[in-house]
Amino acid sequence: MTSQDLSVGVDLVDIAEVARSVKHFGDRYLRRIFTEHEISCCQGPPDVAAGSLAARFAAKEATLKVLRPDGARPDWRTIEVVRLPSGACKLRLRGSAARLAVERGLGPFALSMTHEAGLAAAVVVSGSASGYGGQPTMERREP
Amino acid sequence: MREQIRRVLSEHARLPVDVATLGDDDDLFRAGMTSHASVNVMLALEDTFDIEFPEAKLRKATFESVSAIEAALIELRSVSA
Repeated sequence: MTSQDLSVGVDLVDIAEVARSVKHFGDRYLRRIFTEHEISCCQGPPDVAAGSLAARFAAKEATLKVLRPDGARPDWRTIEVVRLPSGACKLRLRGSAARLAVERGLGPFALSMTHEAGLAAAVVVSGSASGYGGQPTMERREP
Repeated sequence: MREQIRRVLSEHARLPVDVATLGDDDDLFRAGMTSHASVNVMLALEDTFDIEFPEAKLRKATFESVSAIEAALIELRSVSA
């Protein structure tokens, strides 16, 4: 594989903004953006939960930068950050996000997330599905 | 309708500039609205206008200006009417 076979997306999110959204819109915000699994992984004190949620939102936006939708963007919930029993996280695409990845010949996807000093960030890297067998792989420990 | 949209933007878009200084066609993302802030704008618009943005409307262009938001709201209202 050459560097031309890679696509990269990055996103940065203000954790206080996510905390504010949860406080203002509550469940509507959570269930519009995050899957049940993601919500269950982001329990705890509000500031801690907001950091984890912000990292996941950054992962979704970073993935969208890799998918580059021409028209309607996939629903945020079709891009899911899955936490494995080991604590590592990986991306799982469904529905319109998965279809877009297939159309663009993207995959697998690698994810890295972090949060510190009030900000959460995520980087998503994708290769060519034809070069990898098309199965998502993953990375890094839960922030 | 535009005044209501501007009120929502003022409360939720977290713009670094006063919404009143922006024209109806000015690009809100260029003015500093983040993708996350646009989610809040979307939810607040749904509350204000009692509609729901379907996945087909989840595109940057829908929320890029006061005029674009107004056009989307008019279309959604006509569909639900």
